Amino acid sequence: MAARLKYAEIEAGTELPPLTVPVTRATLVQYAGASGDFNPIHWNEKFAKEVGLPNVIAHGMFTMASAIRMVTDWAGDPGAVVEYGVRFTKPVVVPDDDKGAVIEVSGKVAAKLDDEARTVRVDLTVTAADQKVLGQSRAVVQLA
Amino acid sequence: MPLNQSFVGRTYPPTEPYEVGREKIREFAKAIGDANPAYTDQRAAKTLGHPDVIAPLTFPFVITYPATAQVVDDPELGLDFSRVVHGDQKFTYIRPVHAGDQLSVVCAIEAIKSVAGNDFISISGKVYDQYGGHVVTSTMMLVARAPEGE
Repeated sequence: MAARLKYAEIEAGTELPPLTVPVTRATLVQYAGASGDFNPIHWNEKFAKEVGLPNVIAHGMFTMASAIRMVTDWAGDPGAVVEYGVRFTKPVVVPDDDKGAVIEVSGKVAAKLDDEARTVRVDLTVTAADQKVLGQSRAVVQLA
Repeated sequence: MPLNQSFVGRTYPPTEPYEVGREKIREFAKAIGDANPAYTDQRAAKTLGHPDVIAPLTFPFVITYPATAQVVDDPELGLDFSRVVHGDQKFTYIRPVHAGDQLSVVCAIEAIKSVAGNDFISISGKVYDQYGGHVVTSTMMLVARAPEGE
Protein backbone atom coordinates (compact mmCIF):
# COMPACT_ATOMS: atom_id res chain seq x y z
CA MET A 1 0.00 0.00 0.00
CA ALA A 2 1.23 3.46 -0.78
CA ALA A 3 -1.24 5.91 0.65
CA ARG A 4 0.21 9.38 0.45
CA LEU A 5 -1.41 10.53 3.68
CA LYS A 6 0.47 9.96 6.89
CA TYR A 7 -1.45 8.42 9.77
CA ALA A 8 0.39 10.60 12.28
CA GLU A 9 -0.77 13.76 10.52
CA ILE A 10 -4.47 12.90 10.28
CA GLU A 11 -6.82 13.91 13.09
CA ALA A 12 -10.25 12.49 13.87
CA GLY A 13 -12.81 14.97 12.56
CA THR A 14 -10.79 15.84 9.42
CA GLU A 15 -13.24 16.53 6.60
CA LEU A 16 -12.59 15.05 3.16
CA PRO A 17 -13.00 17.14 0.01
CA PRO A 18 -16.64 16.54 -1.02
CA LEU A 19 -17.71 15.10 -4.35
CA THR A 20 -20.63 15.72 -6.71
CA VAL A 21 -21.57 12.94 -9.13
CA PRO A 22 -24.06 13.62 -11.95
CA VAL A 23 -26.06 10.57 -13.07
CA THR A 24 -28.02 10.39 -16.29
CA ARG A 25 -29.75 7.51 -18.06
CA ALA A 26 -26.63 7.18 -20.20
CA THR A 27 -24.56 6.69 -17.04
CA LEU A 28 -26.84 3.83 -16.00
CA VAL A 29 -26.72 2.15 -19.40
CA GLN A 30 -22.92 2.34 -19.33
CA TYR A 31 -22.80 0.92 -15.80
CA ALA A 32 -25.23 -1.87 -16.74
CA GLY A 33 -22.92 -2.89 -19.58
CA ALA A 34 -19.72 -2.75 -17.53
CA SER A 35 -21.14 -4.52 -14.47
CA GLY A 36 -23.40 -7.05 -16.19
CA ASP A 37 -26.41 -5.91 -14.12
CA PHE A 38 -29.18 -5.53 -16.71
CA ASN A 39 -32.11 -5.36 -14.30
CA PRO A 40 -34.69 -3.28 -16.26
CA ILE A 41 -35.50 -1.08 -13.23
CA HIS A 42 -32.23 0.69 -14.13
CA TRP A 43 -33.11 1.56 -17.72
CA ASN A 44 -36.77 0.83 -18.52
CA GLU A 45 -39.17 3.48 -17.18
CA LYS A 46 -42.29 1.47 -18.00
CA PHE A 47 -40.98 -1.55 -16.13
CA ALA A 48 -39.77 0.52 -13.17
CA LYS A 49 -43.19 2.12 -12.74
CA GLU A 50 -44.95 -1.24 -13.08
CA VAL A 51 -43.01 -2.56 -10.09
CA GLY A 52 -43.95 0.49 -8.03
CA LEU A 53 -40.91 2.73 -8.40
CA PRO A 54 -41.34 6.46 -9.12
CA ASN A 55 -39.06 6.15 -12.18
CA VAL A 56 -35.86 4.45 -13.32
CA ILE A 57 -33.41 4.20 -10.41
CA ALA A 58 -29.61 4.03 -10.33
CA HIS A 59 -27.90 0.75 -9.49
CA GLY A 60 -27.16 0.77 -5.77
CA MET A 61 -23.73 -0.58 -6.66
CA PHE A 62 -23.15 2.42 -8.95
CA THR A 63 -23.90 4.77 -6.06
CA MET A 64 -21.64 2.74 -3.79
CA ALA A 65 -18.82 2.83 -6.38
CA SER A 66 -19.22 6.59 -6.95
CA ALA A 67 -19.20 7.48 -3.26
CA ILE A 68 -15.94 5.75 -2.38
CA ARG A 69 -14.09 7.83 -4.99
CA MET A 70 -14.13 10.63 -2.44
CA VAL A 71 -12.03 8.41 -0.16
CA THR A 72 -9.73 6.88 -2.78
CA ASP A 73 -8.97 10.32 -4.27
CA TRP A 74 -8.13 11.54 -0.76
CA ALA A 75 -5.99 8.51 0.11
CA GLY A 76 -4.16 8.54 -3.22
CA ASP A 77 -4.01 4.76 -3.55
CA PRO A 78 -7.38 2.98 -3.92
CA GLY A 79 -5.61 -0.09 -2.49
CA ALA A 80 -5.36 1.75 0.85
CA VAL A 81 -9.09 1.18 1.43
CA VAL A 82 -9.25 -2.19 3.15
CA GLU A 83 -12.91 -2.23 4.09
CA TYR A 84 -16.01 -0.54 2.67
CA GLY A 85 -19.64 -1.14 3.54
CA VAL A 86 -22.96 0.59 2.93
CA ARG A 87 -26.65 0.12 3.51
CA PHE A 88 -28.98 0.95 0.62
CA THR A 89 -31.60 3.19 2.22
CA LYS A 90 -33.28 5.09 -0.64
CA PRO A 91 -33.04 4.73 -4.40
CA VAL A 92 -31.47 7.44 -6.59
CA VAL A 93 -34.29 8.31 -9.00
CA VAL A 94 -32.98 9.26 -12.45
CA PRO A 95 -35.41 11.15 -14.71
CA ASP A 96 -35.05 11.00 -18.49
CA ASP A 97 -33.84 14.57 -19.07
CA ASP A 98 -30.56 16.42 -19.61
CA LYS A 99 -29.86 16.79 -15.91
CA GLY A 100 -30.69 13.36 -14.51
CA ALA A 101 -29.84 13.09 -10.80
CA VAL A 102 -26.96 14.32 -8.67
CA ILE A 103 -25.29 12.29 -5.92
CA GLU A 104 -23.62 14.41 -3.23
CA VAL A 105 -20.84 12.81 -1.19
CA SER A 106 -19.18 14.23 1.90
CA GLY A 107 -17.43 12.68 4.86
CA LYS A 108 -14.89 12.88 7.60
CA VAL A 109 -12.41 10.84 9.56
CA ALA A 110 -14.63 9.44 12.30
CA ALA A 111 -11.93 7.70 14.30
CA LYS A 112 -8.31 6.61 14.33
CA LEU A 113 -8.64 2.86 14.76
CA ASP A 114 -5.25 1.28 15.21
CA ASP A 115 -1.91 3.05 15.73
CA GLU A 116 0.06 -0.02 14.69
CA ALA A 117 -1.94 -0.85 11.53
CA ARG A 118 -2.29 2.94 10.88
CA THR A 119 -5.98 2.57 10.03
CA VAL A 120 -8.69 5.22 10.21
CA ARG A 121 -12.43 4.98 9.73
CA VAL A 122 -14.06 7.39 7.31
CA ASP A 123 -17.82 7.94 7.56
CA LEU A 124 -19.50 9.00 4.33
CA THR A 125 -22.71 10.96 3.89
CA VAL A 126 -24.32 10.23 0.54
CA THR A 127 -27.45 12.05 -0.59
CA ALA A 128 -29.52 12.65 -3.73
CA ALA A 129 -32.42 15.12 -3.90
CA ASP A 130 -31.71 15.96 -0.22
CA GLN A 131 -32.36 12.39 0.90
CA LYS A 132 -29.81 10.03 2.36
CA VAL A 133 -29.38 7.24 -0.22
CA LEU A 134 -26.68 5.24 1.56
CA GLY A 135 -26.73 4.56 5.30
CA GLN A 136 -23.94 3.38 7.58
CA SER A 137 -21.53 4.12 4.78
CA ARG A 138 -18.08 3.50 6.21
CA ALA A 139 -14.60 2.81 4.96
CA VAL A 140 -11.46 1.69 6.74
CA VAL A 141 -8.32 3.21 5.22
CA GLN A 142 -4.74 2.19 5.87
CA LEU A 143 -2.51 5.26 5.84
CA ALA A 144 1.23 5.63 5.51
CA MET B 1 -43.24 -18.75 5.03
CA PRO B 2 -40.03 -17.64 6.78
CA LEU B 3 -36.76 -18.99 5.43
CA ASN B 4 -35.40 -22.07 7.13
CA GLN B 5 -32.84 -21.18 9.83
CA SER B 6 -31.09 -24.51 9.34
CA PHE B 7 -29.55 -23.11 6.12
CA VAL B 8 -27.25 -20.83 8.12
CA GLY B 9 -23.71 -22.12 7.59
CA ARG B 10 -24.47 -23.81 4.28
CA THR B 11 -21.48 -23.41 1.94
CA TYR B 12 -21.62 -23.73 -1.85
CA PRO B 13 -18.95 -25.12 -4.23
CA PRO B 14 -16.33 -22.68 -5.62
CA THR B 15 -17.23 -20.99 -8.91
CA GLU B 16 -15.25 -21.41 -12.14
CA PRO B 17 -12.27 -19.00 -12.17
CA TYR B 18 -12.86 -15.50 -13.57
CA GLU B 19 -9.78 -13.93 -15.13
CA VAL B 20 -9.50 -10.23 -14.33
CA GLY B 21 -8.42 -8.39 -17.49
CA ARG B 22 -6.86 -4.93 -17.81
CA GLU B 23 -9.42 -3.78 -20.36
CA LYS B 24 -12.34 -5.00 -18.22
CA ILE B 25 -10.98 -2.96 -15.31
CA ARG B 26 -10.62 0.06 -17.62
CA GLU B 27 -14.22 -0.34 -18.83
CA PHE B 28 -15.54 -0.65 -15.27
CA ALA B 29 -13.54 2.34 -13.98
CA LYS B 30 -14.85 4.44 -16.86
CA ALA B 31 -18.42 3.37 -16.16
CA ILE B 32 -18.16 4.53 -12.53
CA GLY B 33 -16.50 7.78 -13.62
CA ASP B 34 -13.28 7.08 -11.73
CA ALA B 35 -10.15 8.35 -13.48
CA ASN B 36 -7.66 7.11 -10.86
CA PRO B 37 -4.58 5.99 -12.88
CA ALA B 38 -4.13 2.95 -10.60
CA TYR B 39 -6.92 1.33 -12.64
CA THR B 40 -5.58 2.04 -16.10
CA ASP B 41 -1.87 2.86 -16.03
CA GLN B 42 0.45 -0.04 -15.17
CA ARG B 43 3.30 2.29 -14.33
CA ALA B 44 1.14 4.31 -11.91
CA ALA B 45 -0.09 1.09 -10.30
CA LYS B 46 3.47 -0.21 -9.90
CA THR B 47 4.59 3.09 -8.37
CA LEU B 48 1.93 2.48 -5.72
CA GLY B 49 3.39 -0.97 -5.13
CA HIS B 50 0.87 -3.08 -7.04
CA PRO B 51 1.99 -5.81 -9.47
CA ASP B 52 -0.40 -4.59 -12.21
CA VAL B 53 -3.41 -2.27 -12.57
CA ILE B 54 -5.84 -2.78 -9.71
CA ALA B 55 -9.63 -2.99 -9.84
CA PRO B 56 -12.00 -0.45 -8.22
CA LEU B 57 -13.19 -1.45 -4.74
CA THR B 58 -16.65 -2.55 -5.77
CA PHE B 59 -15.47 -4.47 -8.87
CA PRO B 60 -15.56 -7.90 -7.13
CA PHE B 61 -19.36 -7.60 -7.12
CA VAL B 62 -19.23 -8.32 -10.87
CA ILE B 63 -18.00 -11.77 -9.87
CA THR B 64 -19.61 -12.35 -6.48
CA TYR B 65 -23.13 -11.37 -7.45
CA PRO B 66 -23.54 -13.98 -10.21
CA ALA B 67 -21.98 -16.49 -7.76
CA THR B 68 -24.84 -15.90 -5.32
CA ALA B 69 -27.24 -17.33 -7.93
CA GLN B 70 -26.33 -20.70 -6.41
CA VAL B 71 -27.88 -19.55 -3.15
CA VAL B 72 -30.75 -17.52 -4.54
CA ASP B 73 -31.79 -20.35 -6.88
CA ASP B 74 -31.28 -23.10 -4.29
CA PRO B 75 -34.68 -24.86 -4.51
CA GLU B 76 -34.38 -26.12 -0.94
CA LEU B 77 -33.95 -22.57 0.37
CA GLY B 78 -37.07 -21.35 -1.46
CA LEU B 79 -36.25 -17.64 -1.72
CA ASP B 80 -38.76 -15.69 -3.86
CA PHE B 81 -36.39 -13.56 -5.90
CA SER B 82 -39.17 -11.37 -7.32
CA ARG B 83 -39.53 -9.87 -3.83
CA VAL B 84 -35.80 -9.42 -3.18
CA VAL B 85 -33.95 -6.13 -2.81
CA HIS B 86 -30.28 -5.53 -2.04
CA GLY B 87 -30.18 -4.33 1.57
CA ASP B 88 -26.54 -3.79 2.28
CA GLN B 89 -23.11 -4.56 0.89
CA LYS B 90 -19.62 -4.77 2.30
CA PHE B 91 -16.15 -5.58 0.98
CA THR B 92 -13.36 -6.66 3.30
CA TYR B 93 -9.98 -6.79 1.61
CA ILE B 94 -6.89 -8.86 2.27
CA ARG B 95 -5.26 -7.29 -0.81
CA PRO B 96 -6.49 -5.35 -3.87
CA VAL B 97 -7.72 -7.27 -6.93
CA HIS B 98 -5.35 -6.79 -9.87
CA ALA B 99 -5.23 -7.69 -13.55
CA GLY B 100 -4.16 -11.30 -14.04
CA ASP B 101 -5.99 -12.59 -10.98
CA GLN B 102 -8.04 -15.71 -11.61
CA LEU B 103 -10.76 -15.43 -9.03
CA SER B 104 -13.09 -18.05 -7.68
CA VAL B 105 -15.91 -17.43 -5.22
CA VAL B 106 -17.10 -19.57 -2.34
CA CYS B 107 -20.56 -18.52 -1.18
CA ALA B 108 -21.98 -19.23 2.24
CA ILE B 109 -25.16 -18.31 4.09
CA GLU B 110 -24.07 -16.32 7.13
CA ALA B 111 -27.38 -15.40 8.72
CA ILE B 112 -31.13 -15.61 8.23
CA LYS B 113 -33.70 -13.65 10.17
CA SER B 114 -37.34 -12.86 9.73
CA VAL B 115 -38.88 -9.60 10.94
CA ALA B 116 -42.51 -8.65 10.37
CA GLY B 117 -42.83 -11.03 7.43
CA ASN B 118 -39.66 -9.75 5.76
CA ASP B 119 -36.79 -12.22 5.35
CA PHE B 120 -33.20 -11.02 5.74
CA ILE B 121 -30.50 -13.28 4.36
CA SER B 122 -26.81 -12.49 4.65
CA ILE B 123 -24.59 -14.17 2.05
CA SER B 124 -20.80 -14.04 2.01
CA GLY B 125 -18.69 -14.54 -1.10
CA LYS B 126 -15.09 -15.34 -0.26
CA VAL B 127 -12.91 -14.60 -3.26
CA TYR B 128 -9.74 -16.66 -3.78
CA ASP B 129 -6.96 -16.30 -6.37
CA GLN B 130 -5.45 -19.09 -8.50
CA TYR B 131 -2.92 -19.86 -5.74
CA GLY B 132 -5.63 -20.39 -3.15
CA GLY B 133 -4.94 -17.04 -1.48
CA HIS B 134 -7.88 -15.20 0.04
CA VAL B 135 -8.21 -11.80 -1.71
CA VAL B 136 -11.47 -10.22 -0.56
CA THR B 137 -14.78 -11.12 1.02
CA SER B 138 -18.01 -9.61 -0.27
CA THR B 139 -20.92 -9.74 2.14
CA MET B 140 -24.41 -8.85 0.95
CA MET B 141 -27.72 -8.77 2.69
CA LEU B 142 -30.78 -9.53 0.61
CA VAL B 143 -34.22 -8.56 1.86
CA ALA B 144 -37.24 -10.52 0.66
CA ARG B 145 -40.24 -8.33 1.35
CA ALA B 146 -43.40 -9.87 2.74
CA PRO B 147 -45.91 -10.80 0.00
CA GLU B 148 -48.80 -8.36 -0.46
CA GLY B 149 -51.69 -8.88 1.90
CA GLU B 150 -49.74 -10.77 4.57
